[in-house]
Amino acid sequence: MKGEIYRVAGPVVTITGIKPKMYDVVHVGHEGLMGEVIRIKGDKATVQVYEDTSGIKPGEPVVNTGMSLSVELGPGLLESIYDGIQRPLKVLQEKMGDFIERGVTANGLDREKNWEFKPVLSAGDSVKGGEIIGVVQETENIEHKIMVPPTVSGTVEEIKSGKFKVDETICTLTNGAEISMMQKWPVRKPRPVNKKFIPNRPLITGQRILDGLFPVAKGGTAAIPGPFGSGKTVTQQQLAKWSDTDIVVYIGCGERGNEMADVLNEFPELQDPKTGRPLMERTVLIANTSNMPVAAREASVYTGITIAEYYRDMGYDVSLMADSSSRWAEAMREISSRLEEMPGEEGYPAYLSARLSEFYERAGVVRSLGGEEGSITVIGAVSPPGGDFSEPVTQNTLRIVKVFWALDAKLAQRRHFPSINWLTSYSLYTQGLSDWFTENVAPDWVPLRDNAMDLLQQESELQEIVQLVGSDALPEDQQLILEICRMIREYFLQQNAFHPVDTYCPFDKQYKLLKAISKYSDMAQAALENGVPMKDILSLGSKDELAKIKFEEDFDGALNTVLTKMDKEFAALGGN
Amino acid sequence: MTKEYKTITEIAGPLIFLEKTEPVGYGELVHINLPDGTTKRGQVLDTSADIVAVQVFEGTGGLNEESGVVFTGETIKLPVSKDMLGRILSGSGEPLDGGPRIVPEDRVDVNGASMNPYSRKPPEDFIQTGISTIDGTNTLVRGQKLPIFSGSGLPHNEIALQIARQAKVPGSTEDFAVVFAAMGITNEEAQYFMQDFEKTGALERAVVFLNLADDPAVERIITPRLALTAAEYLAYEHDMHVLVILTDITNYCEALRQMGAAREEVPGRRGYPGYMYTDLASLYERAGVIKGRKGSVTQFSILTMPGDDITHPIPDLSGYITEGQIVVSRELHRKGIYPPINVLPSLSRLMNSGIGDGKTRDDHKAVSDQMYAGYAEGRDLRGLVAIVGKEALSERDQRILEFADLFENRFVRQGRDEDRNIEDTLNVAWDILSELPEALLTRVDNKYIEKYHPAHKSN
Ligand SMILES: Nc1ncnc2c1ncn2[C@@H]1O[C@H](COP(=O)(O)OP(=O)(O)O)[C@@H](O)[C@H]1O
Ligand SMILES: [Mg+2]
Repeated sequence: MKGEIYRVAGPVVTITGIKPKMYDVVHVGHEGLMGEVIRIKGDKATVQVYEDTSGIKPGEPVVNTGMSLSVELGPGLLESIYDGIQRPLKVLQEKMGDFIERGVTANGLDREKNWEFKPVLSAGDSVKGGEIIGVVQETENIEHKIMVPPTVSGTVEEIKSGKFKVDETICTLTNGAEISMMQKWPVRKPRPVNKKFIPNRPLITGQRILDGLFPVAKGGTAAIPGPFGSGKTVTQQQLAKWSDTDIVVYIGCGERGNEMADVLNEFPELQDPKTGRPLMERTVLIANTSNMPVAAREASVYTGITIAEYYRDMGYDVSLMADSSSRWAEAMREISSRLEEMPGEEGYPAYLSARLSEFYERAGVVRSLGGEEGSITVIGAVSPPGGDFSEPVTQNTLRIVKVFWALDAKLAQRRHFPSINWLTSYSLYTQGLSDWFTENVAPDWVPLRDNAMDLLQQESELQEIVQLVGSDALPEDQQLILEICRMIREYFLQQNAFHPVDTYCPFDKQYKLLKAISKYSDMAQAALENGVPMKDILSLGSKDELAKIKFEEDFDGALNTVLTKMDKEFAALGGN
Repeated sequence: MTKEYKTITEIAGPLIFLEKTEPVGYGELVHINLPDGTTKRGQVLDTSADIVAVQVFEGTGGLNEESGVVFTGETIKLPVSKDMLGRILSGSGEPLDGGPRIVPEDRVDVNGASMNPYSRKPPEDFIQTGISTIDGTNTLVRGQKLPIFSGSGLPHNEIALQIARQAKVPGSTEDFAVVFAAMGITNEEAQYFMQDFEKTGALERAVVFLNLADDPAVERIITPRLALTAAEYLAYEHDMHVLVILTDITNYCEALRQMGAAREEVPGRRGYPGYMYTDLASLYERAGVIKGRKGSVTQFSILTMPGDDITHPIPDLSGYITEGQIVVSRELHRKGIYPPINVLPSLSRLMNSGIGDGKTRDDHKAVSDQMYAGYAEGRDLRGLVAIVGKEALSERDQRILEFADLFENRFVRQGRDEDRNIEDTLNVAWDILSELPEALLTRVDNKYIEKYHPAHKSN
């Protein structure tokens, strides 16, 4: 049955003459532009179109695919860069050059490439939905598990071994079901799991303020809100680079093209600290930049999270970054206003909060249908207008996520990076992860960290007094607190993402660095009590040298030199 | 094809609505023939089997239901040619300089398709503007979009012109061009730009589009698109490095708001359309470098912040899209400092890719970070001194306080024609940093201190 276009208004097209289901994918116009049904009313249906609609006329034909917007899942996802509806940007470039024209379709997975499939089952075995039937070495370190689609089960009649293309049948069941290495899944529907667990392992990011003060758990959720230029993208990219996960899904949602080009440029060159392999080999990129169609931007986060779920189901730890979730929310708003829906707060649709929580709910630590344990950590950047956190997207996000990394324009302006405010940020995982830290980092890590947090709190109170009377008016022990806090801020919290050494800081180094500051603090306090003048304590060479050891290739060596010097200098002061 | 319809049923602000047409394409270019014989142009905003809405670029003044409407069957295109260089065109692309019409080598859709992110080459070629606060602390690179955020009455035009005059990629002799688009600025301001272009001979290498304050506001919506289309053509078809100056983005956004109101849309923040982010992105993202092509498009646009408020939707949404911003400060201007650029809220996001060994100098990043830290702290201390007096400051703090003054007077301040090369800029930086105790230079590796610090260098 063929329908036709009734009306075109930007990305929203009204069609008539066919009776689609909600969320059916349709092709509109002579060029067959792809779109998705988002409203049905009487004999008309409204479609959000993923491509530019200029020149499209009423009366042009419409074809319904009868399928929901789906992604192709199988070997070849890693190292790819897709647009919001999983068209590989590389293929689009080959087909139409450097600028994206419309009406071009491209498969998410390469149909020509052969993959070596190794079965792990044999004829006669029974399989349930989600179970692993074999493996493919997708990249050097990632073994891609081929799973039975969640809705299929039965007894294996035949299973092959050898080189196959993704759409070739590799396994047949006695009930006639044919299984290939590729499956499709509708993006708006979470992939089913067996069970969800409470996250209890940290995501180690190599970023001191994150790991140290506000850790996120594997399978947890975090938000990074901040005004422009405060460090959302750099933080997200740092997480994508250095987090100890198996798979990274990075969604550039309505942001800059050059930032994606940057990732594409850098990731093949950088090494995964865990495996030593190029980072690109564990990464899937989704790039629907701000100048690409807004409806596809709305879809991009779903495309990303579905791919993440697929790897989670194989038993991998996946982390997903969405930069920026606000652009996704704005895309919803734009479409909603074209539909002339009743606007909620600040013009956002009333279902904003529901959509956000459904999305973050797809994070978690799970046992998959196939019995594997995997996780998805979701980290969303939020771009509040005017940097005002009271706006709807920030507020609705904070009601859901467990970790809040509050970016602060004032810190960014003085080039204190990462400009995460240590007083307003929080992590609700800190408590739950304490045992892990005590066991795996150091027995005294937790008290060391708590003490640093406590000092920073005191600093902010002391600063208020300083603003009134100047720092010289404070008693010496309080002046010392200010100095220790300055050291914590500058030596420990500040971390330069662009410095070859400082960009990634293993936990062991984080611990030693904080421990060294604490050692100085203890010795300084003792010296002060023994009557050593403050001025002498503050002018120790070892203290200034401590500032720079985080940049040293040979950190342990540099640290030992400084600590030895510190002992000597304090001894010379005669305090201890 | 060229059928004329006389079926206008409603005229509202810049919009007309008409009935009973053949199917009309979304975004199509429309000609409207007025009873007095003149013709206006418009674009289809909404098209259905029953009714078509058209926005009229030159405004609907003089239109009535007798006016004839012709749908051209194509979207808005700009005739482009290398001969556009040296020409002055109106905000809708018609010659204003008395010269002949452009003989097109091609006709290009002004909306421009989006550049495939996969085709982009990360920008990394350092552009020396000769202005220390830009080169030293907020470096511009080829293919970047870096606007000036200013306020009314501040010398942003002087700064933009100084940059247009001085900008160069050291050591490069490649072809360059300037595309200048005025959107709603006054005749006087436009003259100021034109005279400078003429005086310096820049006009020969420039394409100018003028939509002035008394030209129709709706036209402003296409003016920057024409300019960017011309720029892309020169960059990607003729291998030129194009610097695009759009001024004033604020006037453009006002026109967008006006259109939105006329269409009775649900307004977003402060009355601006909810899609303003996407719309601005469709302009700003048209900057960059493409793998395998020689040319580039760099945008250096001017935006006056209403009420000097950087959180106002226009600078705010811009800042979320552009690759940084150069912020002009009223406070520094009042102090008589030129160029009154406040580096603290300024940012160049692409600075890191354009500086360092082999590009500018190995110590560049460290020096810049150190100056930021010192200046930020110094300015805080100014606030404190106002309350507790200078005597209450520690020795360390007093030095930092002095550093802030040095920074403004020696690093920020420079002449209107003073073209500092990057070495000069970094040397000024070291001169003032050396006034601080060395122990305070925590952002600078020791090896750079030994190499560049005046106290060490001479030994
Ligand atoms: N951890 C960091 N280390 C060094 N520089 C940083 C860091 N985070 C942010 N920056 C600087 O701040 C700029 C803006 O950061 P970005 O992440 O792009 O901001 P946002 O995405 O919030 O607009 C970057 O271009 C970089 O210069
Ligand atoms: Mg960003």
